[in-house]
Amino acid sequence: MASLKAFIIARVLALIPTVLILITLVFFVMRVLPGDPVIAIVGMKAPPERVIELKKELGLMDEAGNPIPLPIQYLNYLSKLARGDFGRSLIWGKRPVLVEIMEHFPATVELAIAGFIVSIILGLLLGSLGGWMGGKTSSAVKTYGAITYALFIPWIGMLLQLFFAVWLGILPVAGRIDTGLEPPTITGLYLIDSVITGRWDSFISALRHITLPALTLGLVISGVFTRVTRTSVEEVMRQDFVVAARARGIPEHKILLHVLKNSFVPILTMMGLQLALLMTGAVLTETTFSWPGMGTFLLERIQYRDYTTVQGTVVFFAIIVSLVNLIVDICYAYIDPRIRY
Amino acid sequence: MVATYTFRPLLVKLVPKVRLKGLTLAGTIMVLFTVFLAILAPILTPYDPTKSVDLSLQPPSWKHPFGTNKVGQDMWSRTVYGARTILAVVFLSTIVSIVIGVPLGLVSGYVGGILDRVLAMIMDAMYAFPGLILAIAIAAALGPGIINTAVSIAIVYVPTYFRMVRAQTLSIKEQLYVEAARAIGAKPLTILTRYVFPNVVSVIAVVFTLSVADVVLTEAALSFFGLSVPAPTPDWGFDLKAGHPYLLSGYWWLITFPGLMIMILAVGFTFIGEGVAEYLGAREVKI
Repeated sequence: MASLKAFIIARVLALIPTVLILITLVFFVMRVLPGDPVIAIVGMKAPPERVIELKKELGLMDEAGNPIPLPIQYLNYLSKLARGDFGRSLIWGKRPVLVEIMEHFPATVELAIAGFIVSIILGLLLGSLGGWMGGKTSSAVKTYGAITYALFIPWIGMLLQLFFAVWLGILPVAGRIDTGLEPPTITGLYLIDSVITGRWDSFISALRHITLPALTLGLVISGVFTRVTRTSVEEVMRQDFVVAARARGIPEHKILLHVLKNSFVPILTMMGLQLALLMTGAVLTETTFSWPGMGTFLLERIQYRDYTTVQGTVVFFAIIVSLVNLIVDICYAYIDPRIRY
Repeated sequence: MVATYTFRPLLVKLVPKVRLKGLTLAGTIMVLFTVFLAILAPILTPYDPTKSVDLSLQPPSWKHPFGTNKVGQDMWSRTVYGARTILAVVFLSTIVSIVIGVPLGLVSGYVGGILDRVLAMIMDAMYAFPGLILAIAIAAALGPGIINTAVSIAIVYVPTYFRMVRAQTLSIKEQLYVEAARAIGAKPLTILTRYVFPNVVSVIAVVFTLSVADVVLTEAALSFFGLSVPAPTPDWGFDLKAGHPYLLSGYWWLITFPGLMIMILAVGFTFIGEGVAEYLGAREVKI
């Protein structure tokens, strides 16, 4: 397995420039602000001491009160990041940004996983149905894929809220769990924590709250999976072994099993590639359902002009996306040795 | 003229082969409908979309077919005028993406070497990053306004144009006619503008059709987050957000119509993209 090891090392090394590029991009984007960000935060009438204090907090000025040039600011920021220091929030007790991010991250992970599961179920079912049946069913499934891909998440979320929460009143409108029912933190994922600690009332509450957001996110992402599954199944169906199996009178459901097994690698790759879509979708779903995750957090802090937190959160997103892409690549190389070249 | 001669076959090659039937036809109608609303907005609407014209939160009636919102603005007028905002942003951001992405892709692919490697690495890094989050960061930094929103979205889609144009340039520069041009002493700039560029025009058109639905959704999202145009300007995403708090009281009309319009436009573009992708399917051009 030496070649797999070499592939992993090469891939990890390639990760460094990618993350660095994104951090640099975010750093400079946050500094192209027209006008003075400091004035934007404290207001025009702020006392000069407050302005200087804030400039020090933002790393624009050193302790003696001299302005720090931009390249030095950038290097300082990088060296702090390398030590895991994302800076401190500018509002509400000035807590470390990374601590605040870690409080919101599990909620996003839980929503993303739930949405992902919904989309896989929908995608595999509809996709293999379309690929297996062909003809009109295939076209219908294709149209479903095109429409769901273009749905605007907040709108679908609101329609579900209107129907299930307001008109039928059977599911909660928003939030992550009923107040007071939060399970003790182990993984940070309420559904899992409540099972581990055996708190079934918490589990039911968390499940009821996650249903609509997960359905919204899953529905929108399912379009891509439906498409890949359908084309992949259709391709495998054309292969000789299917014809041979049919000629030998093997029951259809057994053939379907073989077809699905053989269509799995492209489906798996596609799942990894959908991470960016999943993140984007999660941000939109969160804000629609007041889900206390990274997206809600990011947009709330944009409103309060908490620049260090905004910058830190976007950088965190960049690191997470790059890491997950790395893991997907390694998994794929493990499954399909041709990838390792 | 040589230029017109080389341009023609490409456009001619692409347009008629994508047959206007089924999904593509439906998509074209949906997009044209939105364009029609945007152009005829003053004729179609009796009220000023930015002014309070009646009592707040009136349900749909003959007077206000889409009801009124909290401020008493007519939702029909806002929905119709909203088409102008989103189409303007989509149009502007596409132009900016093309103006930045295409020349970079051409030069990067043609010149090669370190420049190409560095540019490709930067663009790949941006491409892998969730576009909406990048757009949110840029829009938050730039502040609200049509131009700023267009720029935020444009930056996100530069890598999409860059990658396709670069890939196409790499294959075109190996062609015999480029070799011949080089042999008779044509300058690199001449080769790029007269020989390579005309052959990437169709690629640009393809990237546009395949990514424009995403651009629509990104604009709607920025607007939904309050990061697009400032308040009284009618904008679908913003109206959706503004109507959200009244959902609990059952005021369904505030969110239904702006959302429906976003869907019509985005699905319309997706259907057109499907038609183009189907035609290209055999040619293995993927985005």
